Amino acid sequence: MATKTEDYLGITDYKVIGTRPIRHDGVDKVVGRAKYGADIDMAGMLHGAVARSPHAHARIKSLDTRKAEALPGVKAVIAVADLPLQEDKIEELGEGAANLQHLRANVLADGKVLYHGHAIAAVAATDVHTAQEAVDLIEIEYEVLQPVLTVREAMQADAPLLLEDLTTQSLGEDSEKKSNVCTHFRHELGDIEKGFAEADLVIEREFFTATVHQGYIEPQNATALWGADGQITVWCSTQGAFDVRAQTAQILEVPVSQVKVVPMEIGGGFGGKIRIYLEPLAAILSKKTGRPVKMVMSRTEVLQATGPTAGSVIRCKMGVDKAGNLIAAQADMRYESGSFPGSWAAPGAMCIFAPYNIPHVLIDGYEVLVNKPWTMAYRAPGATNAAFASETLIDELCEQLGVDPLAFRLKNSAKEGTRRADGPVYPRIGHEQCVETARDSEHYATQFNGKNRGRGVASGFWFNVGLKSSAAASVNPDGTVSLVEGSTDIGGTRTSIAMQLAEVLGIGAEEVKPQVVDTDSVGETDVTGGSRTTFATGWAAYQCALDIKAQMIERAAKLWEIAVDDVVFEDGYFSSSDASKTISFKELAGRLDETGGPLMGRATVNPPGVGGAFAVMIADVEVDTDTGKVEILRVSMIQDAGKAIHPSYVEGQMQGGTAQGIGWALNEEYAYNADGLLTNASLLDYRMPTCLDLPMIETHIVEVPNPGHPYGVRGVGEVPIVPPVAAVANAIYDAIGVRLTILPMSPGEILKALWTKNGTT
Amino acid sequence: MNAFDYAAPRSVDEAISLLDAENGDVGILAGGTDLIAQLKEGGRKIDLLLDLKRIPEATALTFDEAGLHIGAATSCAQIYTFDVVQSLYPALVDCTSLIGSIQIQNRGSMGGNFCNASPAADTPPSVIVQGGACRIVGPNGAREVVAEDFFVGPGQSALQPGELLIAIRIPPPVANSGAFFLRFIPRNEMDIAVANAAASVVLDADKTTILSARIAIGAVAPTPLLVADAGAALAGKAVDDEDALEAACAASRAAANPISDMRGTIEQRVHLSGVLTGRAIRGAIQRAKES
Amino acid sequence: MPGKVHVTTTINGESVEFLCEPRQTILEVLRDQLDLTGTKEGCSNGNCGACSILVNGGVIDACLMMAVEAEGEELTTIEGVASAEGLHPLQQKFLEHAALQCGICTPGFIVAAKALLDNEPTPSEERIRLYLAGNLCRCTGYDKIVRAVQDAASAMAE
Repeated sequence: MATKTEDYLGITDYKVIGTRPIRHDGVDKVVGRAKYGADIDMAGMLHGAVARSPHAHARIKSLDTRKAEALPGVKAVIAVADLPLQEDKIEELGEGAANLQHLRANVLADGKVLYHGHAIAAVAATDVHTAQEAVDLIEIEYEVLQPVLTVREAMQADAPLLLEDLTTQSLGEDSEKKSNVCTHFRHELGDIEKGFAEADLVIEREFFTATVHQGYIEPQNATALWGADGQITVWCSTQGAFDVRAQTAQILEVPVSQVKVVPMEIGGGFGGKIRIYLEPLAAILSKKTGRPVKMVMSRTEVLQATGPTAGSVIRCKMGVDKAGNLIAAQADMRYESGSFPGSWAAPGAMCIFAPYNIPHVLIDGYEVLVNKPWTMAYRAPGATNAAFASETLIDELCEQLGVDPLAFRLKNSAKEGTRRADGPVYPRIGHEQCVETARDSEHYATQFNGKNRGRGVASGFWFNVGLKSSAAASVNPDGTVSLVEGSTDIGGTRTSIAMQLAEVLGIGAEEVKPQVVDTDSVGETDVTGGSRTTFATGWAAYQCALDIKAQMIERAAKLWEIAVDDVVFEDGYFSSSDASKTISFKELAGRLDETGGPLMGRATVNPPGVGGAFAVMIADVEVDTDTGKVEILRVSMIQDAGKAIHPSYVEGQMQGGTAQGIGWALNEEYAYNADGLLTNASLLDYRMPTCLDLPMIETHIVEVPNPGHPYGVRGVGEVPIVPPVAAVANAIYDAIGVRLTILPMSPGEILKALWTKNGTT
Repeated sequence: MNAFDYAAPRSVDEAISLLDAENGDVGILAGGTDLIAQLKEGGRKIDLLLDLKRIPEATALTFDEAGLHIGAATSCAQIYTFDVVQSLYPALVDCTSLIGSIQIQNRGSMGGNFCNASPAADTPPSVIVQGGACRIVGPNGAREVVAEDFFVGPGQSALQPGELLIAIRIPPPVANSGAFFLRFIPRNEMDIAVANAAASVVLDADKTTILSARIAIGAVAPTPLLVADAGAALAGKAVDDEDALEAACAASRAAANPISDMRGTIEQRVHLSGVLTGRAIRGAIQRAKES
Repeated sequence: MPGKVHVTTTINGESVEFLCEPRQTILEVLRDQLDLTGTKEGCSNGNCGACSILVNGGVIDACLMMAVEAEGEELTTIEGVASAEGLHPLQQKFLEHAALQCGICTPGFIVAAKALLDNEPTPSEERIRLYLAGNLCRCTGYDKIVRAVQDAASAMAE
């Protein structure tokens, strides 16, 4: 959109934006009244449960559900044959496209199980205990196959194939070669060989990152009612009600209009609540029984069988000249897709060198099948893995050059006009400002010394997305505005969206009544994901407010019997050149009946002007060299928000991303045994940080307005998870002199690294 | 969870009669923090849930000249908030106040921690080094087993069919003694020990020489281990004898016989046995000096 | 099939009777039978604290307590924290500090923090972090939660 005029309005005296009102849904959430999916109860409701594979890779030889069906209280049992067949067709389904056959085979295994916990059959019964007992009575015989658990194993020529018909899409073409490699892609900028030849210092290393889970506290759930009229209603916990509608309709082979999705309050998502799992099962069980069916996953099921994010192997090589200019960078990025094709190396490749201006770049990416759950997005998916490689390599380059790591980042920073290796040329961006803010911070200025103590910094990038959003609003006679929108609210977005409407209309945030509604009640709205909600749905609310404003001006003109052009609206007041004619928004709202009746505004957007986001983290750690344990003593996250609509919730995203990144850095991982069974499917052994594991998380919001948004908003949700793993790794090196190239940097790994360094065991 | 019956007997005799084989597999409920989790996820099936918490002896927490009497169903929080425990048995505060979370400590009991018999259990090492014993009741009356002999294997205790752990008894601390417990976990709370260790020492009157010591380590063998060699390495040595301390640590490393699992490797656990033994001994000596 | 058990208990100050199977947890009965769905289920195994309730003033995970054990006890759930006069200071401070994002862990945190402040009116940051370590939050990084609890403690001291 190079020819597009800037959308940014350049407002400097906001009334509502930048303030910190209490969120509209807050009281319900602190008193326990907010309704989440698992809180649903309905007359006659049945409870569902799922039979799952105890093997990582096996053929299903036989499935016998007769004993389960005979158990008193069991009303229906279903397996894959109850799901309509699907075409071999790719559909856009939220954050990433998917083949419908794969989606179906993930909902219920089709002849073969591809991971520990893969769903095979489902039961509906009068209570959860009976449903679970029935699941235990389903008899399944398997031919157990050799599991493929790492990228390296999966890419070997004689590796067992997970999807026997899959051929590699190589550099945009079908290679027609059967393999576990779904995709190989490449980005090239400049001449990589020339670049390394010109470099004075080149470092190359290989990095491993473990599979990690989003770790939302609310398990997946779905309740469905397939009415006698054929109308299907689904109540669930999702980041995107319209995406659930599209996927569910496809899998059930019904028109989208036959499915209504009611998004309940959502207990966290982080990318993991976009794909469907239980929704079609609950719907078919409801159809078979004529009763509503509720299904709620256990935590074990969540960890075993929803979509964690990709583990990866990244070989990274970077070269600088003597003056400290980055000359060349190369990456070979191999990401685990899990059991079906994934697409997380692709965004990783967009981000890996994104903070820098590097003339020569070559990136090869591979998406590879392994016998683990089908991966899903997790907060800037792919980018954290990538930054672990590039940002620790940069730290090593800085050390060898003897330069300050922030000075190096500033010198080599990408800026407006820099071309990224995957193609785009940056509009106005804020990486330099983030680095400068970090450099000038009290944190960075404060010395941090002592035995086994160290400081690390790292940068991160996420491109953010736009996508479709809708909003509608009606003006109430008391001057408030009721706003309906379709973005499920995971972190206060009802309020950040409502504030953008309030700003236009000159009313207070609390005078807007925002509601998140079902798919029959608002225009199509894409996922709460890609850091898009405050950006895009906020924009829809802004446009909706403009629509209301224009109509209100017409009403004022009618009231005063003057031309529309003679009415101006400023600071919440309509007025004309005749000084006696002035009326507040509230007063005019009270006179709608006499000027033509009710008034509604509406807007739909699909904004192209997405502003990429950068962040920089400073981490101070102390390492216990006897045990290998890392204590995080102080952290600061510096991030460009473009414009912080509600600073508290921007800080919240920064703090939450930082905490997740620290968990990823130190302890979180999927632990598989040699048979491919997940051995830590609980929140005891999948170790997310507790509040005793973290210090206060200092935040610095940088505001470099996004030229592509009226208020300059950039997405803020994802980028804060990108720098932490590298910042912590760099801090550990500073503390104890060992470079960790494996995630998590658990106590055991740190001990091993120390023993290797000291030549002891 | 399969269906089962529930009983909350009011006396030891009533409980023992309910433990009769005719009632099938009986799950003993104290705090339930292990048992209920196992019933939900671990595939354990029972016919009767027998709640100990209405039996006075099982919930008593008292101290007299014979020492501390900890009813098997007493919660960790009751133990560590008991003033006698705080003043005389700080190593019990160490272990009971770090199990799980506050929520778990308000329910989970030391008796349950013993009967669950996890190699990584947090309370046995402290009890073992302080010379504690388990009071067991059954159809043939009561018997006592020293704490280190209560553990037979992973998930296996010395309890015979029909028997019940009713209390844990720990003798009063002798003069100039101290005990200390710690564990290593990757997080700072809410975790299972990768390894743990407890130490108790008795010093001479001027607190410069170790008269005797007992060391126990956990999560590094099929059961919690009393490491007699570690204690012997310290006996008769000065409190600041670093060679003796290292010999004790080496004895723990030698005694450790761990497995590798997702919580830690053999090498890591053997190493940690030494590290934690050293830290436990230093902690115990410090407490003895302050006693 | 074993029969149901009659339980008499006190919940949020009111006497309550219910019938339950011995295999039902108090969490299941609160949520599915008594319509007290403010207590959330996050892991069902005592590892996340989303189902925190008070039993005789002490905080426990409702997923690890059987419903039959409630006989004769006094339970407090999130629904019993606010009063007719308004929100509890903790609830008010959670709102003011934006100490919740998705909100699923919020009832558990407020109940656990209430147990802390009821017993220790002026806890240090370290003590707050230790006390709340059984409550997982994945959205906030805990910063604003800890500050909200500190601020509530100050407000309650006035």
